[in-house]
Amino acid sequence: MIIISVVVLGGIGLISSVLLYIISKKFEIQEDPRIGLTLEALPSANCGGCGYPGCAGFAAACVKAESLDELLCPVGGKAVMDKVAEILGKKVTEVEARVAVVRCQGDCEARAKTNVYDGLKACAAVSKLYAGETACAYGCLAYGDCVRVCSFGAIYINESTGLAEVDEDKCTSCGACVKACPKNLIELRKKGPKSRMIYVGCMSKDKGGDAKKACARACIGCSKCEKACEFGAISLVANLAYIDFQKCCLCRKCVSACPTNAIMELNFLPEREATEAKAMAE
Amino acid sequence: MLKTFRIGGIHPCENKFSAGGQIRQAMLPERAVIFLAQHLGVPAEAVVKKGDMVKVGTLIGKSAGFISANIHSSVSGKVARVEAMPDMSGYRRPAIVVDVEGDEWEPTVDCSEELTVHTDLDAKDIIKRIADAGIVGMGGATFPTHVKLSPPPGLKAEIIIINAAECEPYLTSDHSLILEKSKEVIVGTALLMKAVGVTKAVVGIENNKKDAIEALRKVKTEGIEILPLKARYPQGGEKQLIDAVMRRQIQSGALPVSVGAIVQNVGTAFAVYEAVMKNKPLIERIVTVTGRGVVQPSIFRARIGTSVQSLIEDAGGFVGNQGKVIAGGPMMGKALSSTEVPVVKGTSGILLLPQEESYRRKSNNCIRCAKCVQACPMGLNPTLLMMATEFGNWQLAEDNYIIDCIDCGSCSYTCPSFRPLLDSIRLGKDKVGTLIRARK
Amino acid sequence: MKKELIVSPSPHIHGGDSVEKNMYGVLVALGPAFLLSLYYFGLGALTVTLVSVSACVLFEFLIRKYLMKQPLSISDGSAILTGVLLAFNLPSNLQVWIIIVGALFAVGVAKMPFGGLGNNIFNPALAGRVFLLISFPAQMTIWPVPGSFPPTYVDGETGATLLSLLNDGAGAKLPAYKDMLLGKMGGSLGEVSAIALVIGFAFMLFRKIITWHIPVSILVTVFVFTGIMYIVNPETYVNPVIHLLSGGLLLGAIFMATDYVTSPMSISGMIVFGVGIGLLTSVIRLFGAYPEGVSFAILIMNAVTPLINTYFKPKHFGSK
Repeated sequence: MIIISVVVLGGIGLISSVLLYIISKKFEIQEDPRIGLTLEALPSANCGGCGYPGCAGFAAACVKAESLDELLCPVGGKAVMDKVAEILGKKVTEVEARVAVVRCQGDCEARAKTNVYDGLKACAAVSKLYAGETACAYGCLAYGDCVRVCSFGAIYINESTGLAEVDEDKCTSCGACVKACPKNLIELRKKGPKSRMIYVGCMSKDKGGDAKKACARACIGCSKCEKACEFGAISLVANLAYIDFQKCCLCRKCVSACPTNAIMELNFLPEREATEAKAMAE
Repeated sequence: MLKTFRIGGIHPCENKFSAGGQIRQAMLPERAVIFLAQHLGVPAEAVVKKGDMVKVGTLIGKSAGFISANIHSSVSGKVARVEAMPDMSGYRRPAIVVDVEGDEWEPTVDCSEELTVHTDLDAKDIIKRIADAGIVGMGGATFPTHVKLSPPPGLKAEIIIINAAECEPYLTSDHSLILEKSKEVIVGTALLMKAVGVTKAVVGIENNKKDAIEALRKVKTEGIEILPLKARYPQGGEKQLIDAVMRRQIQSGALPVSVGAIVQNVGTAFAVYEAVMKNKPLIERIVTVTGRGVVQPSIFRARIGTSVQSLIEDAGGFVGNQGKVIAGGPMMGKALSSTEVPVVKGTSGILLLPQEESYRRKSNNCIRCAKCVQACPMGLNPTLLMMATEFGNWQLAEDNYIIDCIDCGSCSYTCPSFRPLLDSIRLGKDKVGTLIRARK
Repeated sequence: MKKELIVSPSPHIHGGDSVEKNMYGVLVALGPAFLLSLYYFGLGALTVTLVSVSACVLFEFLIRKYLMKQPLSISDGSAILTGVLLAFNLPSNLQVWIIIVGALFAVGVAKMPFGGLGNNIFNPALAGRVFLLISFPAQMTIWPVPGSFPPTYVDGETGATLLSLLNDGAGAKLPAYKDMLLGKMGGSLGEVSAIALVIGFAFMLFRKIITWHIPVSILVTVFVFTGIMYIVNPETYVNPVIHLLSGGLLLGAIFMATDYVTSPMSISGMIVFGVGIGLLTSVIRLFGAYPEGVSFAILIMNAVTPLINTYFKPKHFGSK
């Protein structure tokens, strides 16, 4: 009895393994080994920030491409791209570090509520039907569509302000949040020296009066910043100022010129400390 | 056995407080805000500018595309502004603001109450008059009527169906309109038949409006059948009404005329009568102001552009804790973020809900009870579609016909776990629609 | 300006149905059967039900609070219902600790690990029952003779169920139809009286808690299948009416198979599900080693439910 069962089971096992071996040989797919190597070098976040479906797709694209000029893993940045270039024996172009910024400062204080939304908590659902809970139709809705798509936990909703905020250290500039925001509030901007940045923290295209009524920190399209800028970095389109980060020299003249504090400065020392630091240096 | 549609459906509490009420003329507004996009399709182009004087019935916005409609001034006075104003959603849309001075009408409009039955106009002229008058579907969908009356080549209508179902709870605009203007409605129906070239029409009306059915049956008609239907939501949905009346189901993505039917709302039939016989453009409509949040539920004939706030005040104002103000019915209407918005061509009612009726209950896990599946009048699986949307599985959503959802809300209404099914499905439908268009 | 308006996407009204209403509705529907079981089994029925319900509720509470750390879900009534259904599937003289083990399996293994109400694959009460049936076959298959009050727990006076009699050979003495209708026969708490269960079914249909499709398709399938066998060989197989009225078939078809979570969504799916249960039940009853197959049949079809949902879609508007 025991012998029969051992023979039967063993026989089944043997036949199956032979079959498996034959099938795996017959249907084997020859893959470029460099794809695997490249994939190992990538961060495996599968965030899609490169524009390809996951890291494997990107690795295949890297191997196939003539040069790496058009390809960039925003998560790994230069370090990873250098590694990839080494594996593939290709050259990599210099990339500038970028980071996501949320261009809205309409916190609870600045932007009074005009109605209460009570439905599916998703920005895409709200923005399809309503302008939002305030009189501003351009501002942050704070239902966290950007938070849900971020693979790195780099963006969160600040409960006290009711706005999305970016954790610059964690942000990899993959751009998932940029695509997710139905109000187009998020932009990837160049990180200045010491991560300094200046940008207009408002997307309102309303006329000055309407914008100001809806939100105390709205850009009212007064063009004072445009005049203050010495580098021609600021343009005014449809009642809204925009600072071109390629031209901006971080002089901060526009920041002081803005009557509504709509222009944001990030990672600068506060004005007084800056003067002190300068005095110390001298 | 009364007829009704064959798949799904619900029967919400009717709450028709204002049923059978007399239509009152609403006060003229001091300032009318007239949007240039009150219809589906391309917004009209403004043909007046700031400072122009307009009369009641003056063309102020011209149809700007194949699917588009003319816009007329509903008041007389001076154009104060031509600029973007916040609409029901809070977004700004191009509008014409008129400061009202007096009430002077264009001389071409026949203001008499007399019934006109005969006309020598042929089908083409009737459709042209309808297009000139800027008539759109008055049930709420606001699809330009003249486009609907001209089926694409190759398709032939056999029958006109007049939608007098008024299946939305609370609303009674169509009911009162039929009671007071039954003859005009029938003449309007006859005009629609002539415009399309059919000899048969059916007025589908829910059996909870017995007096309206009587009123219509008293009018001498030829080829027009008055068909009582079992009260069931969403009977007023185009596809459901055709199914109820003709026992034919439109295939996914096809036009109603593919089964030989053209559906028009009863309010549209009346507007067609006025446009063709009286030369009166669409400048006013019947609006029910109702709900437990209003002092005196009433039915108004209001000029387009009148603010919702003034209509509410006309009806005695709020009572109790103010909660929601909804343009349209409770099932498909749109909650307003502010009452300072104007009545548009598609505003069939203003529904005021007190605060205790306004908030949704907290949603829980889906318990897969399939009550939404049984309620869905399109034979979809709402909970599956919601899940597909939540997981971003657009292929699954498309394979399960998310595109066919008609936004009726029966699923969310039924769900014992209070899940926001329709909120999600709407989102998914939008996304899948974009993907399908991108493929083409 | 006055208070802010509330906005939300449509629809703005709700039908007022809720999970609690459905769960408590089912409990009410189980009422008649429970009262009859009290009448027949006396204190034993009460003890088993109370122990089972409190154990289920307690386990759900503990797991929810300390393991899942999520808001409590006791008030939705599903734990109570699981408890009652489990009790209805047990003999009235079962030891208390065995009931508690069954409740622990039902809630702690079959329900909560999947995420609680709505996510479980198998009917928790049935899973609990089958677990006990396999683990404690002796205790689970002796039943006190109904109607002796106070019920005795001596083995000599316990009787076999009708189906185990049948399994042992058709020659055994069968109870009268009247006794089967009213429940004067051996069996679990809830399965003895056909009339009480059918009253509960009518109540649930009236309150629109369930639709008729699953129970009716199960019963029709069992009737037809066992009927055919009876016609073919009336000496070996018994009358299909006896199959319908005996054992847990009605209880299973009306209350267990219609469990929302573990049954298919579309009407066609429900019928396939019902026919599947009917066939499996008949096959197990007629040819299997176990006298009763309803529990196994339902659990097997529970496992197939996702597949049924995939292939049997609701009838789509406009489809031919």
